[in-house]
Amino acid sequence: MEYASPRSLDEAIGLLSQAGVDARPMAGGTDLLVQLRTGARRPELLVDLKQIPGLCGIDCGSQGFRIGAAVSGAEIGECLPLREAWPGVVEAAELIGSTQIQGRASLGGNLCNASPAADSVPALIAAGAVCTLIGPAGRREVPVDDIVRGPGETALGEAEIIVDFRLPRPQDGTGDAYQRMIPRTEMDIAIVGAGVSVRVAESGECLACRVALGAVAARPIRVDEAAAALMGRRPDSEALEELAARASAAADPIDDKRGTRAYRTRVAGVLARRAAEEALRRAGDRWAARSQSS
Amino acid sequence: MAGRQIRVNINGTDHQAIVEPRLSLADFLRHELGLTGTHIGCEHGVCGICNVLIDGRSMRSCLLLAVQVDGRSVETVEGLAEGEKLHPIQEAFMDEQGLQCGFCTPGFIMSLKELLDRNPNPSEDEIKDVLGGSICRCTGYAGILRAVQSAVAKMGGGRPSLLD
Ligand SMILES: Cc1cc2nc3c(=O)[nH]c(=O)nc-3n(C[C@H](O)[C@H](O)[C@H](O)COP(=O)(O)OP(=O)(O)OC[C@H]3O[C@@H](n4cnc5c(N)ncnc54)[C@H](O)[C@@H]3O)c2cc1C
Ligand code: FES
Ligand code: FES
Repeated sequence: MEYASPRSLDEAIGLLSQAGVDARPMAGGTDLLVQLRTGARRPELLVDLKQIPGLCGIDCGSQGFRIGAAVSGAEIGECLPLREAWPGVVEAAELIGSTQIQGRASLGGNLCNASPAADSVPALIAAGAVCTLIGPAGRREVPVDDIVRGPGETALGEAEIIVDFRLPRPQDGTGDAYQRMIPRTEMDIAIVGAGVSVRVAESGECLACRVALGAVAARPIRVDEAAAALMGRRPDSEALEELAARASAAADPIDDKRGTRAYRTRVAGVLARRAAEEALRRAGDRWAARSQSS
Repeated sequence: MAGRQIRVNINGTDHQAIVEPRLSLADFLRHELGLTGTHIGCEHGVCGICNVLIDGRSMRSCLLLAVQVDGRSVETVEGLAEGEKLHPIQEAFMDEQGLQCGFCTPGFIMSLKELLDRNPNPSEDEIKDVLGGSICRCTGYAGILRAVQSAVAKMGGGRPSLLD
């Protein structure tokens, strides 16, 4: 196996698209190096993405945020403007592994490893994040929702990589949250993950909502029926109960040592509701802060 | 298989070596440099025994390749003591019997070092968050928590009440 650490996107795409070489991009390596060790993957060339400026750093502009695909969870956690704007995305990124995994693990790797249980993915889908891809055929933008096809399978083309994730500046009354159920608090795999984002009017009426679930299907799923339970109403406990029931109905999980199918199905609803409650609370806090400052 | 030249500063000393791309940092430290203070447990990133600091951040040395630390500085448990004088965290582990077999100890000590270097007065939650990244097979957690309390106190912070 060979290793390369290109300093530019062009160089990286060139290395990844060489004919006849089984090349693999690597960011933090916290999934890939384990797969190398178990023999699940045997690339001939590892292309380290962490030295490429376009994949590093977080920009907080007036339009929104650009998070480099190779940025570590630790850096994401330290970016206060991002935490302020999208606390659900940041709390999901911070749940990946322990402190020492956080020093390496990236959002790009979490998404492209394409595990159904990847923690940051439901939160990114709920927040409406879009990623920029670059490959031999050029650049394109794809919603995070459209990347994962199934376990280990993505919509990325040959030699295509994710460069960054974009999130808008949240509009007034926006709130997001991520909740996860896991047997152990560190270093285990989610039984269920639920990401929710909402936008409410000052009156409390829900204007927009997105619900996404992890670990209950072959890929992270968006559950628009569950989101619809809150739309156009002031989310009371009846609306939230409906959201929970629809989230459970959408779950099609596996049975394994971490949780039975029945348990995961039930927990999907419970967590979707809790995430929605937290997202609504945050949205309400934003309105409160706004009326205080004006 | 082509070797690659790397330069890396380890515990304050510059090293140059030619390494195979597959070689993990943990194996490089132990087998090529004889720095066997860094222990290896699972080699899958799970047990947190192999933690070292890279440019001041704790990471799993089993989930890094030696080629990836080219140009960086690495701190291992061997870098903590000054001659015969132990680092306050090491002293605290000894005084409070924070170890039984000692296999997991370097992993705990290195992640605590990162925490206390950044924040000498961490909250209980911050401490538990960091400790959750390593596993002790002797299950000596009470001793480990006592050692952490004592280390925080020695290094000038308050005395977190971890055992209540
Ligand atoms: C002990 C431990 C605990 C963990 N806990 C969790 C957890 O709680 N929750 C969770 O979700 N995950 C967890 N993980 C899994 C892993 O840490 C995450 O999925 C992490 O986000 C992967 O990021 P990485 O940068 O290390 O990816 P890498 O290992 O570098 O890459 C993963 C995959 O994505 C591809 N890839 C990486 N970056 C790009 C890119 N920019 N463009 C295209 N392809 C790319 C690689 O080719 C590879 O196939 C854990 C892993 C370990 C070892
Ligand atoms: S040996 Fe590195 S985490 Fe277990
Ligand atoms: S002291 Fe033996 S494993 Fe922790």
